Parts: sequence; C-alpha cells; structure tokens
Amino acid sequence: MSPALMRVLWVVVLLSAVRGAPLGTVTPPPVILEPVPSVPVPSEPVRVDSGADQNISIPIHTEQQQQQQQQQQVALDVDVMLTGELNPNHYPARRAAQVVLHHLNTRYGSPYWWGALRQVHKATAEALGDSGRKYSLEVTLQDQISGTKETCTAEVVFPGGPAGGPPQVTTSYEGKSEINTQAQEEALYNQYNTSQNLLSGHNLPDSYGHVAPGMEPFWHLGGVASSFVMLKESSENTLYNMAQVVSVTQLATENNQLRFNYDVLLHEMVSQEIIHWKLLASWSPQEGVKASQMELLPKCHHCEPPQEH
Amino acid sequence: MPSSGLLVFLLVLHANLKFSLSLGVSERIWNYNYTRYHPMDEISSWMDSVEEQNPKLVTSLVYGQTFEKRDIKLLKFGLPDPGGLEKKAVWVDCGIHAREWIAPAFCQWFVKEILQSYNESDVRLTKFLQKIDLYVTPVLNVDGYMFSWTNQSTRLWRKSRSLPPQGCGCHGVDLNRNFNANWGTVGVSTDCCSNTYCGVSPASEPEAKAVTDFVGTRVEQFLCYLTIHSSGQLILLPYGHPQITAPNYEELVSVGKAAASEMKKLYGMEYRVGTSPQILYANSGSSRDWARLLGIPFSYTFELRDKGEFGHLLPEDQIKPACEEAYVGVTSILSYVYDKNFPNDKLPTAAATACVHATGLIVMTTLATLLVTLGSV
Repeated sequence: MSPALMRVLWVVVLLSAVRGAPLGTVTPPPVILEPVPSVPVPSEPVRVDSGADQNISIPIHTEQQQQQQQQQQVALDVDVMLTGELNPNHYPARRAAQVVLHHLNTRYGSPYWWGALRQVHKATAEALGDSGRKYSLEVTLQDQISGTKETCTAEVVFPGGPAGGPPQVTTSYEGKSEINTQAQEEALYNQYNTSQNLLSGHNLPDSYGHVAPGMEPFWHLGGVASSFVMLKESSENTLYNMAQVVSVTQLATENNQLRFNYDVLLHEMVSQEIIHWKLLASWSPQEGVKASQMELLPKCHHCEPPQEH
Repeated sequence: MPSSGLLVFLLVLHANLKFSLSLGVSERIWNYNYTRYHPMDEISSWMDSVEEQNPKLVTSLVYGQTFEKRDIKLLKFGLPDPGGLEKKAVWVDCGIHAREWIAPAFCQWFVKEILQSYNESDVRLTKFLQKIDLYVTPVLNVDGYMFSWTNQSTRLWRKSRSLPPQGCGCHGVDLNRNFNANWGTVGVSTDCCSNTYCGVSPASEPEAKAVTDFVGTRVEQFLCYLTIHSSGQLILLPYGHPQITAPNYEELVSVGKAAASEMKKLYGMEYRVGTSPQILYANSGSSRDWARLLGIPFSYTFELRDKGEFGHLLPEDQIKPACEEAYVGVTSILSYVYDKNFPNDKLPTAAATACVHATGLIVMTTLATLLVTLGSV
C-alpha cells in the first residue's frame, strides 16, 4: 500500500475514534418509508393477575382518600366559590381573564389584531348576592400577530340567578398602542371589496397547523368574530378558544361592510368538547368586526365517517 | 504524494468536525423527519428501525391491544448494571388523547435525543440507563390517533374508539378518565357521547388496562411516571380530586417548578405548575393519579404548547422548539429522580460531560495532524 494511502487510513481511523462510538462504528440505518408489517416482538410475558377484580380499590395512602372513595359524585361546577384575593395562576382567575380577552377582541380585534391572554397579574372575586359574582383583574394581553403587549385592569360580572346570561365586562383599556394596522386593513378591505372572486377557504389551520399566508387575515377575523360567541357563552365553568375555522365564504358587501359566513369549531377546555357554530361576520376598518346570526350546530352523533381498518 | 494525503486529511477533518459539532448529528444517524407529524404506520416502522439498529440499548415490547386489536408497543431503553443490581424504571407515554399530535411527536424526539446521546457516549445517559430502564410508549391510544388522521373532520377526536355501550350511541372513552383512581367521581361524564366519558368501570378500556397491568405488576421498580399531552403549557401533579393531596406534594411542586424554569430558559415559554384542580380543572381517573396512588413517587402530566392560539393544531414549525422545551423539562425531572435514588453515584453535570467531549476531540485531531505531518516529512 502506498505511504499516502496508509496515512489517509490512519487519519480516518483516528477521526472515527473522535466520534466516540463505544461499540465500534455507527452504521446509519436504512431509510424505511414503506410500512413494515408489525410483528409482535416476543417479550417477557406480561403477568396478568387473572384474579384481579377491577372493582377493588387500589390501596390508598391516607384517611382523607379513604373518605373520598365513599363520597358521592362531586359536581363538575365549581362548588366552593372563592372570594377575596385569588391566585392569579389558578383556574378561577384564568377563566375570568379569558372572558376579558374575548371582550377586548370583540371591541378591538381585526384581521390584523387578535389578542391572546399572556399573564394574569392580580385577581379578586366578590359575591354580589343575587346579582352574581364579580371579578377584578389585572391582565396582560398580547397581539398574536405583532407580539405587542398591553396591560389593563378589568371587571367581569357573571350574572346570578336562573336566567344566567352573558358576562358583563368593563376594562381600563383605551385602544391599541402604536402598531399601525390601518394601512394593512385598508389594503385588505379594498382588495376584497368587489363582487369579483368572493373569497372562500377551509380548515384554517389545517391538520398540520398550517394556514396559507393569504388566508391568515381570514383566520384572524374568524377568531375575532368567534369571540362574540365565546363571550356570550362564557361562565365561571368554561374556558373557550377557537380551535379552527372549518369554512369561510364571502358574501356581497353590504353597507360598506365586508361580510363572511363562518363555520367555526370552538374548544371548551373544561368539558373538552369541540362545539360547532355558524355566524355572519361583517368588517370594515372604520366599524371593526361585528358578528350576527350566531347559530349553534348540534353535535352530530351519527355523522362519523367510515373507519379504515 | 504527501500533499494529496494532506488534502484528503483536511477534507475528511472538515467533514468530520462539521458533523460531530453540528446539531445535524441526528439527521446523520437517521433520515426520519422529527419536525413533521407522522401517521401511525410510519411511527411503527420507525420503532422497528430504532430497535433493529440499537440492539444493545433498545427492546420493544407489545404490552396490550387496543379496542380495534392493534398492538400497543413500547420501546425499553436500558444498559446492564455493572454491579448486577436490579434495575429501577421510568415510564413515559404519549398520545393517550388522539388529537394531541405534539405528544407522540415529542416521544419520537425524546427517543432521537437518547440515541444521539448514546452514540456520543454521553456519560450521564450511560449512568442513568445502567441503573434505570426507560419505558417509552410513543402512541398509547393507537386507534384514536389513527382515527384523527382519517380526514379533516376527525382531526379533533380525543377518545379511544371503543363501540358505544348499551343504551348510548357514541364511540370512545376518555382514556385519561378511565384509570382506577377515584374513578367516576369528578370532572367526568357518564354520557358516552361526552369527551370526558369515563367508561363503564375503572380500567374497562383495553388501553388503560394494558398500562395498568404492565406498570401495576412492576410497581416497585417504577420511580417516575410521565404522561405527555397538549395543550396549555402546564405541568400537572397529582391529584385531580380537589380534596386529596399527595404525601410528597411539596417536593412534587419544587421538582415541577425546577422543570418549568429550565423549560422557560429556552424560548421564554411559561409553564404553570400545580395540581389539576388548582390550575386547570378537577378530574378523576387520570393515569397520573393512578400511578401516584400506586406509590410511584413522581407522577406528572405535561401539557405542551400552546396556550390556545393553535391549540391541538400546533404548526409543524413549532415541533422542534416545543420538543426541545419538553425535553429539558423531562430530563430535569429524570435527573432529580436519579440523584435522589442513587445519591452515592450521582450523575455528572452536563457541563462536565461537554468538556470531556471537547477535550477528546482536540486531543485526537492534534494527534492526527501530527501523524500526517510526520508521515509527510
């Protein structure tokens, strides 16, 4: 073998040691793209106690736990309503803060401004007798598009009594700080304020979390319009977010408002349900966003597509 | 001729340094794309190749079957204990809820990180796996996960795919309400059409039963039980019942907060730490609660990104940062668990390990350079 080749071989051998493979060289595995039929690998037998009775409680560690096993079902609702200073990281403050968010989105939201809750700084709750309960909060919101943050104080009243009704919100918020979305809003409005090529879209975001760049403003608009629904549906026992725009279809402009039929899926955290709403959203840079004709679509139990086996 | 040898040396050195020092090592080991969501058949093939390519480190185990009779499979990572002592164990499962796609993505990422560290002879990992077997289930609710891939209208499915019970018309049980832990008491529905339907009895569902049987028959070995979900950016500790407190509550909180603090260092994301009734909602029948009731001291639910903007539809371009965050959180807990149980043989710090690698690299390349230089004289 030539001396040069010998030297090269030495170098290669030494440098492969540098990679530190403990058991010799690492062989890159082949790329497997076709599905391989899955063969159960023989393993240590899973010992199943055939005498196991699922109704026997697991041995529990404290007396407290023993008592709980015998207690009746605890209601899903908050059954101990806290008053006074609340932990801002705990759910009662968080749920009330989310209501503030929905309220602010209905007032200030647009295709280029869509708030999210960033932080709850302080929260207190007060019982108002028959009138319900009032939360006082200090929160920070963040615009999901520009990232700018706004802090404000707010009050949320969840009405009492059998009729219930939507929460009432007031805030110290006075309007967005200087991220100027006006130019973008005007451009979008002018682009779509024609009867040619009415916009339509589906699945924003799609299954992979993707929204096409041109559709992003209509995803934001869907989120803002959904806030009208989420606000009126909220209580101390709910936490709503919009999960997806199933479809958006533009209608002819009326009274200088762009109009869109929206089909949206809302995620309600406490029940973990996906709730289907239709609504009509109208928008212009001057008037902001309005939602009307809000309609709950029933959960379709028998609409599941055929399964693949 | 000496100059051609030198040229080859420089090219090889450059290529090797680039590979060894860059984060692309994993891509070199694998061509699997960890920053995309994968359907079940791809995950299964990937599990097969992980096992095939690392026979001294990994074995797979089928520990049950789903309702639709599919295998529920885990990957077991472990190394022989030099002292021949009996191994302890840690459990990590992902994808108990079908629509939480970032969770199986994290389990795959986690495995990749283990393999990468193993291939770099990471001392911390070696020590860990010599004492503790790591059981990772990339997808627990296989039927539900596959169903969520069927088409756009099934994407947000949560439960298993069991048939409707008598007298009710909907498929599926919320597996994370089905475990034998204060089952059926709070935060559940008895309506089979509900997304928090807890099933007909504790561990009635084959998926929950599989975990119950496997972990339940090895409970003395298990030091830690982690179950990965989305979304909400939370680290939940037992119990889901508002009036029950874990005996090691304070420690669970401090270890959880340490994990959250590590996670925040990466991208500034806040993860809140607490029991489910404190920071989310009361619930019963969760796997985390069941594990803690069994006596497994460290039991946590991770709720990964995000906080509702995308929710379960987390974009693929967030898979990497979400998984990196989750990785530091999980390893923070695992390091604590190891050090607590093996106080006389603690893990070296990560900084020390990196120093060793860097020194080794410098020494070897110097030697290589000398050899070539001397050879060409």
